[in-house]
Amino acid sequence: MKERLQAIRNACFEKLEQAQSLDVLNEIRVEFLGKKGALTEVLKSMKDVAPEERPKVGALVNDARTAIENRLEEVKQALERKLSELRMAEETIDVTLPAKRMTEGHRHVNNIALAEVERFFVGMGYEIVDGPEVEEDYYNFEALNIPANHPAKDEQDTFYINGKILLRTQTSSVQARIMEKGKLPLRILSPGRVYRADEVDATHSPCFHQVEGLVVDDNITFADLKGTLAEFAKEMFGAETKVKFRPHHFPFTEPSAEMDVSCFKCGGKGCRFCKGSGWIEILGCGMVHPRVLTMSGIDPEKYTGFAFGVGLERIALLKYEIDDLRLLYENDLRFLKQF
Amino acid sequence: MNTSLSWIKAYVPDLDCTAQEYTDAMTLSGSKVEGFERLDENLEKIVVAKVLSIAPHPDADKLIVCQMQVSADGETLQIVTGAPNVTVGALIPVVLDGGRVATDHDGKKVPGGTKITKGKLRGVESFGMMCSINELGSSREFYPEAPEYGVYIFDPELYPNVKPGDSAVKALGLDDVNFEYEITSNRVDCFGVIGIAREAAATFGKKFCPPVITETGNKENAADYISVDVQATDLCSRYVARVVKNIKLAPSPLWMQRRLASNGIRPINNIVDITNYVMEEYGQPMHAFDYDTIAGKKIVVRRAAVGETFTTLDGQERKLDPDVLMICDAEKSVGIAGIMGGENSKITENVKTMLFEAACFDGTNIRLSGKRLGMRTDAQAKFEKGLDPNTTMEAMNRACQLIEELGAGEVVGGCVDVYPNPKQPWRVKFDYQRTNRVLGTDIDKETMIRYFETIDLKYDWATGEVIVPTWRQDVLCHADLDEEVARFFGYANIPVTLPKGAVKGIIPLDRRLNDIARDVAEQYGFSEAMTYSFESPKVFDKLLLAADDKLRATVTIANPLGEDFSVMRTTPLNGMLTSLSTNFNRRNKNGRLYEMAKIYLPKAVPVTELPDERIQFTLGFYGDGDFFDMKGVMEDFVGRVGMKGTLTYKNDGAYPFLHPGRQAEMLYEGETIGYLGEIHPTVAQAYGIGDRVYVGVIDMPKICEKASFDIKYEGIARFPAVTRDLSMVMKKSVLAGDVEEVIRRNGGKLLEEYHLFDIYEGSQILEGHKSMAYSVTLRSKDHTLTDEEITGVMNGILKGLAALGVELRQ
Repeated sequence: MKERLQAIRNACFEKLEQAQSLDVLNEIRVEFLGKKGALTEVLKSMKDVAPEERPKVGALVNDARTAIENRLEEVKQALERKLSELRMAEETIDVTLPAKRMTEGHRHVNNIALAEVERFFVGMGYEIVDGPEVEEDYYNFEALNIPANHPAKDEQDTFYINGKILLRTQTSSVQARIMEKGKLPLRILSPGRVYRADEVDATHSPCFHQVEGLVVDDNITFADLKGTLAEFAKEMFGAETKVKFRPHHFPFTEPSAEMDVSCFKCGGKGCRFCKGSGWIEILGCGMVHPRVLTMSGIDPEKYTGFAFGVGLERIALLKYEIDDLRLLYENDLRFLKQF
Repeated sequence: MNTSLSWIKAYVPDLDCTAQEYTDAMTLSGSKVEGFERLDENLEKIVVAKVLSIAPHPDADKLIVCQMQVSADGETLQIVTGAPNVTVGALIPVVLDGGRVATDHDGKKVPGGTKITKGKLRGVESFGMMCSINELGSSREFYPEAPEYGVYIFDPELYPNVKPGDSAVKALGLDDVNFEYEITSNRVDCFGVIGIAREAAATFGKKFCPPVITETGNKENAADYISVDVQATDLCSRYVARVVKNIKLAPSPLWMQRRLASNGIRPINNIVDITNYVMEEYGQPMHAFDYDTIAGKKIVVRRAAVGETFTTLDGQERKLDPDVLMICDAEKSVGIAGIMGGENSKITENVKTMLFEAACFDGTNIRLSGKRLGMRTDAQAKFEKGLDPNTTMEAMNRACQLIEELGAGEVVGGCVDVYPNPKQPWRVKFDYQRTNRVLGTDIDKETMIRYFETIDLKYDWATGEVIVPTWRQDVLCHADLDEEVARFFGYANIPVTLPKGAVKGIIPLDRRLNDIARDVAEQYGFSEAMTYSFESPKVFDKLLLAADDKLRATVTIANPLGEDFSVMRTTPLNGMLTSLSTNFNRRNKNGRLYEMAKIYLPKAVPVTELPDERIQFTLGFYGDGDFFDMKGVMEDFVGRVGMKGTLTYKNDGAYPFLHPGRQAEMLYEGETIGYLGEIHPTVAQAYGIGDRVYVGVIDMPKICEKASFDIKYEGIARFPAVTRDLSMVMKKSVLAGDVEEVIRRNGGKLLEEYHLFDIYEGSQILEGHKSMAYSVTLRSKDHTLTDEEITGVMNGILKGLAALGVELRQ
């Protein structure tokens, strides 16, 4: 009996040795462990064994089964590993082939710049507000201390709809609209389209964008204006950016200033980009003129404020070194996709 | 506005700075210097030389060989020249070996100039070059005594003290710098050299020495020569007249010519030059009439008559209107006030007696008159800004002083001055602490008052007021004083702080929705475009709009740049199609663009109130994709802003610019929120796009009303779903939307989802019919569905479909 079991075991191991596929392994399992398999046959012949011998023989058979099962598992695992390695070897790809990508669209460069401006000022507690582009003469001029027949009205080459309605020439038109609502303190940022009767060329467009900022509270100072805009310049043009404020004149601010930033191309040494001066003019600003406050129903004895206006296209053109304003309104995808 | 450094130094003698220092400091104190030009740029080693002898050149007919004395102690050089005007004894500017002139060999100014070295001309040695005025970087315009051809020769009468060896640059006054300023419109006083000099003195802390005007005139009285009647007192606040007789026209002296030249004014003769000179000094234009042409010894200042015409001194006939202010004599008009004199009274070579006018006209009137007449003169540009009537008299007396100094004529004593309401200096209450509060500074009072005094703003210690001189019309309130303090304290010295107190930053809903729209569009491959808000009314024809289409009612610009920019858009499509066309014609494949484009819908035409401005989320593409791709982007966006209600579509053919069979109005819960479709082939052709074009437009204000970000967790289904497929045949006229409506209506609460998975039209199906297959999923949140429930719902759907004439496929 013992010999018989040994023979079965050997026969099985020999076959396992040769097995090259999982199907063959299964066949071997059936042949030796199946219902009609060799070991089952042995168990069936137990009835011929003397009863006192049966436990012993039974143990022998079980040993043989365990040995075969273990070997089967070993071989199976080895085979699986081998097959898996083989498959993976076949599946090797050229990882340097071109990537597959979604064709995502691109945001307009003006709005990329605007998003940066908005992010900064919202972080500083500003509320973003909107105002009409087709605007009343009053808000665009009169409420900003530019009365009828003021030469500044001519300077801005306004498009008129009729005597009282025009296309706003500046986002400052939002100032009085917001202030006359009477809610203080104010920290607002108002981006939007403005219009001036300029023929289209590389640096002019009859339709462009500005961002207006306005802060009104008790104890707002020119120093606050300087600090705010200095931080803004660093945010937009890099931490090393220096600013310079020059006296200027706007009818709706007093004192007024223009702000230059140190040229971000040459760092202020002077280059072609900044026309050798080391500085680039960026925006106009100033303390809100007391008359403007008064006209909007705010007491200039109690409150002060500052305002500033930035040309969005100017920022975008400078930041991305675009040399022709017309590209921004032409919408050639080869341009749009660069941002 | 320009000034030369030498002219400024005439009034600020102690000024000692480089051109760059001047530029920087003046800019920071408020007189922005745009740039400067050195008149002696690239002029090196140029001396006055005297021609001692001239010999012919042995090998060239057109050249001569000159021996020149180039220094005071008699040093001589040989110079060969082709100049035709060289004579023995002439004093000529000569550039020495190694020196530099401003022009190249063709006489054109070049950056860096041209270096001159000794060399041989046709075999004869030459140790320098004689210079023409052009080679010295200037022109005959400013040096009229220079010959048209040939080298510059110093006229001993004009230059009595020039001798060999002197710097020719200095002798000619070219050792100077010209500054160009950008003066802001409020600083009328700085449109004159004196005003700028006052600023320069204050900026550099030097003494300001304006011209001292002395008494002028003979024993006669101007009033015996002329009377002045100002009728239009509203337009002429002051009129000053003086008389000069025995006029001796001659060139003005060199110093005056040079100063005028530095301001870009061509010297003409002493009288013209004096009026120009005073205009530059004081910013006050003056006019000279030939006294003998003035009828009735009388000047009348009045408005023009209706239909009046007038010939100005440039020979042009001008049509006037009653808002144009005229200067007249007893019989006729003799000049357009503040703009240009008349041909009938202009100064000619034969002038004997001159009537001198200095007046203060209303700036706005002059500006508007000039605009209507289409004229733009230097005088007009000065008047427009609104002059100080007190400067008028000063300028007149300064001009008469110069006439006497230059011997240009005999000034008649006295003057006729019509000045009914003399302007007085005014007072502005000053509180130095308030200034510090506004600026965020801590400057003491004495320092502030010192700043004021350097620019002639006096402080009245008794009343605490600042007394503002009449030329500073821009200083009217405390804030104006704050600025004076700020600019002399230095903007750079003001501290840097941030506003105190915490405030909440807010991005309003409509902007957030716009950004979501942008994100969705970009995810689908659309890039953001920007187009102009105005366009041509012809666009409406291009878009096939009917003559009475309401989109043709526009906000129209009264003064557009041209018809192409004349109406505010009422549809975003022209901008979109134009941009797609640009891309298509530049062979950019699969053009996909979007724009957050405002349209402007008038509430009434003509416009009486502000229009409705609505942002239109506009999508457009050509190339890969079809109607349903566009529909997908739009539906995705609607879903992304939390609009979970039902979207439906209908085609009433409402959009003439779209393909009649491929257009749809998009409705959310029954309300129109947009439209989409294929662009009508005729329209696509009109825009030059040779491909199918799809557009989609969503009205953002509607989205703003309906969007919601109130999202609640709905749980994950725990009970099994049941899916039933419905394979149907129906007439082609039955729409998928109709079938879905039936599914939705009958599906009720148990309907979880449904989708079309097959659609077929063709030979396998009865003609005029189509087959569609929908998969319908039912599920309950709280139990496993029973067969009865499922059958109930499905039967309901089938009944509804049967009512549409839909049959189930066998």
